[in-house]
Amino acid sequence: MTRQQVLDLYFMDARSKLIDLAAFIDRVERAQGEDDFRMKAFREALNELSKNNSERAKQVLLKFSDPTEEPIPAATTKAACGAYPESSN
Amino acid sequence: MRYIEPHAHMVSRVTDDYVKMTMAGCAAICEPAFWAGFDRSSADGFYDYFCQLTDHEPKRAAKFGLPHFSWLCINPKESEDVKLAEEVIALIPKFLDRPNVLGIGEIGLNKNSRNEMRVLEMHVDLAAKHNQLILVHTPHLEDKLKGTRLILDVIQNDKRIKSERVIIDHVEEHTVKLVLDTGMWAGMTLYPESKCSPPRAIDMVEVYGNERIWMNCACDWGVSDPLAVPKTALEMKKRGHSVEAIDKLIYQNPLKFLSQCPKFKI
Repeated sequence: MTRQQVLDLYFMDARSKLIDLAAFIDRVERAQGEDDFRMKAFREALNELSKNNSERAKQVLLKFSDPTEEPIPAATTKAACGAYPESSN
Repeated sequence: MRYIEPHAHMVSRVTDDYVKMTMAGCAAICEPAFWAGFDRSSADGFYDYFCQLTDHEPKRAAKFGLPHFSWLCINPKESEDVKLAEEVIALIPKFLDRPNVLGIGEIGLNKNSRNEMRVLEMHVDLAAKHNQLILVHTPHLEDKLKGTRLILDVIQNDKRIKSERVIIDHVEEHTVKLVLDTGMWAGMTLYPESKCSPPRAIDMVEVYGNERIWMNCACDWGVSDPLAVPKTALEMKKRGHSVEAIDKLIYQNPLKFLSQCPKFKI
């Protein structure tokens, strides 16, 4: 596909998602209280979008990923929360 | 259009889904064992589930003209209890000769714990001893990258396992190359909210090629779409992919991998 064709196919969808992201950040910042590790990782991931890098999706995923290598002693929950808690440290 | 749905949890779906999938061109469904959304209280619960996967569900699918195949294991979400896992794994060999069983899956990791690792190694050993194909679940969200690396290490350390007989499912942009570089297959799961959207899946195919890759809907009791594969095929068509390229990804590729099990005939 040419760049024009990609834009024709996906621009409106991406525009909509970008506005949703902006509205989400506004909503978070209107609310009382502090950010947590998820929002910290989210803001770091947002920075990846404006970098000159052909693997932005990969870099965003890496910002949310557990960077450690060893198995944890025991699973205390089944669920994932979307960002690595230690990233707030 | 024809396609194979290589990963769908049909025990959680209604008969209307079978109708829709058949009408969309589905030629076969493969159902890995998975977490019911709650922990089963004993190995007996798994015995009944394995009977459901190997006896009842194939009959239900057959009413809609669909061949149904299954994979057996105790899933990673219930692997923290090693004693239960040992009891469940001991049940599996008596089911392996059933006509619709393709292999061991979906095994893997959830929170990347030591016990999950131990149970994963037990499953890999079971697959090796019985010469079974392996289907692997990789963890969710922040746990995926680390879990994928740990899983690949476990499988590569067992020299009895041939890479081309293993599919690592739920890959995303940060794990797909890790998997393909090992010679194993990569599965892309098309979910409305997590894992991989259809446009992202096609992006990965365009970047990394269409060899040793399949797409699946992994529909279950959660937010999921049993028609995600044919919808992604339509997305490929919009991008100008040829009919042959689409057929390779959604039919020929899963056919090639699954046909390594002689029981997979459609």
